[in-house]
Amino acid sequence: MISLNNVTKVFKTKSGMITAVDNVKINIKEGEIFGIIGYSGAGKSTLVRMFNGLERPTKGTITIDGKEISKIRGAELRKARQEIGMIFQHFNLLWSRTVRDNISFPLEIAGVPKVKRKKRVEELIKLVGLEGREDAYPSQLSGGQKQRVGIARALANNPKVLLCDEATSALDPETTDSILDLLLDINKKMGLTIILITHEMHVIRKIAHRVAVMENGKVVEVAPVMEIFKNPKTDITKRFVQQITDEEETMEAVQHLLEKYSTGKIVKLTFIGETAEQPIISELIKEQSISINILQGKISQTRTGSYGTLLIQLVGDTEHIDKAIEQLKKQQVGVEVISHD
Amino acid sequence: MIEALFPNVEMDKFWEKTYETLYMTGISLVFIFIFGILLGLLLFLTSKGNIWHNQFINWMIAAVVNIFRAIPFVILIILLIPFTKGIMGTMIGPNAALPALIIGSAPFYARMVEIGLREVNKGVIEAAQAMGARTSTIIFKVLLPESMPAIVSGLTVTAIALVGYTAIAGIIGAGGLGNYAHQYGFVRGNNDVTLFGTIAILIIVFIIQFIGDFITKRLDKR
Repeated sequence: MISLNNVTKVFKTKSGMITAVDNVKINIKEGEIFGIIGYSGAGKSTLVRMFNGLERPTKGTITIDGKEISKIRGAELRKARQEIGMIFQHFNLLWSRTVRDNISFPLEIAGVPKVKRKKRVEELIKLVGLEGREDAYPSQLSGGQKQRVGIARALANNPKVLLCDEATSALDPETTDSILDLLLDINKKMGLTIILITHEMHVIRKIAHRVAVMENGKVVEVAPVMEIFKNPKTDITKRFVQQITDEEETMEAVQHLLEKYSTGKIVKLTFIGETAEQPIISELIKEQSISINILQGKISQTRTGSYGTLLIQLVGDTEHIDKAIEQLKKQQVGVEVISHD
Repeated sequence: MIEALFPNVEMDKFWEKTYETLYMTGISLVFIFIFGILLGLLLFLTSKGNIWHNQFINWMIAAVVNIFRAIPFVILIILLIPFTKGIMGTMIGPNAALPALIIGSAPFYARMVEIGLREVNKGVIEAAQAMGARTSTIIFKVLLPESMPAIVSGLTVTAIALVGYTAIAGIIGAGGLGNYAHQYGFVRGNNDVTLFGTIAILIIVFIIQFIGDFITKRLDKR
C-alpha cells in the first residue's frame, strides 16, 4: 500500500546541512495502523509530511497506492492529496467557519456539489459524534471536540490513508483515549490505513499494529507492537517501553527496598500473551521453600494481546532463591534480577 | 439654533461640501480596498517561506509601497498633477483629488493587509494544502476570511486617515469640508464656519470608527 524507499531529507540551514530523515525504508500494509514513535527532533514530523508531499524527499521515493507521491506535482499532487487525510496536533481548523463549514471545506476543494456536500457533512458529524454542535465555531469547542472536527474533515473525501501528526499530544489523557477509540473504530469500519506519529508509547500500545522507532532521523527498529514490548532491541526502544511498564516511583521504591533488605532478591517478571494466564507464582511457592513478596504488578492491553510486568521480592536462603530463579527462567516469562544501582 | 451659533453657515453650501467629502472618501476607499488587498497579498505571498516566495518581486513591491508611504501627502498631490491632469482631465474638484488619495493611501493599507495575513495560522494554510487546495482557494477561502477582522479594522483606520487627506486636498482645490472650512471659514474670517466644518468632519470620523468597530466585532469568531 505505502512504501518508503531509502527516503532522505536534508535541510540547508545557516549552521550547515541537517539530515532530518536518514535513509528510511518502511512498507505499510493496507488497513494497518502504523505508529512512528520518537522524541521531538527525531525527524518523525518531517517524515510524515513527506507522505502527502508537504515536504519533498532529497533522496528516495514514497509510493502510496501505486502513485509516486515524491514525484508528482501540480494538479496531480492536489488530486492525490484529496485521498490522503491529515490531522494535526493543534487541529488547524478555520476559526472563521462553523463546525459544519470546516468539515465541508475539503469537499469544496474537491468540487463536490452543494447538495451532496450537505449530506456528506451530516454523515461525518454523526460519525465523529458532534451532533448538536454543527453551528458552533471552533473557539466554542473543547480540544477533543476540535480534534473530532479535524478527523471528520480529514475523512470527508473518503481517503485511503489518514496521517496523524501528534494528533493527541495537545489533549488530556481521557480525551486522548476517546480520540484513539474513534480512530480505532474508523480503522475497523472503513479499513482505513492510519499512520500516526507520537512521542507517547501509550498511543502506540493502544491502537497500533506495528511501530517504527525513530532516533536522529533513522528508523532504528520496526516491529509489531507486541514484539517491541517483548523484545526491545535498542536503548531508545527500551526507554519508550518503560514509559508504560515501569513507573518512576515504583523504581524509586524498589531502590529503597534494596537498601533496606539486603536479604532476598528483587525480580522483575514480564509476561506476554498467554503466559499472563498461567499460575507461575503459586507453582513457585509450592516447589521452592521461599516466600514471595509482591511489590507491584501491571498489565497492559495491546491490539494483539496483553503484556504484563510483576515485581516480586524473593525471601529465603540464597540457594533456594537461585533455584527459584532457575525455575522462573524455564517458563515463558522474562526474568530480570534487579540489583543495586 | 444653528443660525444663532453659526451665523455665517450656509446650509446648502455645507451639504454640498459634505457630499464632496463623502464622495472623495467613498470612491477612493473602494479603489484603496482593491489595490491594498492586491498589494498586501503580493507582499505576503512573495515573502520568505510563502507560496510564491520571490525575493526580488517582494523587494520591488516593498520598495514602491515604502516610497509612496513616505512622501508627504501635500507633496504627493503636487507631484501627481501631470498624472492627474492626464487621466482626470482636470486638477480641481473632487474627482481630481482621487488619484492622489488612492495612490497616497493604498500602500499604507497594503501594509496593514499584509500584517493581517501574516497573523493567519500557518498550520491552517498547511492543512488546506494537505487537502489539495489550489493557491486561489487558499487565498479566497483561507487567507482572506481568516484575516477579515484585520482587513476591516485596517480599512477603518485608512478611511479615517483618508477623511483627513480629503481636507488637505480641499485646501488646494479639491472641494469638500476641508475646502469649506478653509475657503469659506478661514479666508473670509468666519471662524464659526471653520468650527462648523470641523465638527462635521469629526462626526464623519466617529461614524466611520463606529461602523468599522461594529463590523470587526461581528466578524471575529476567535
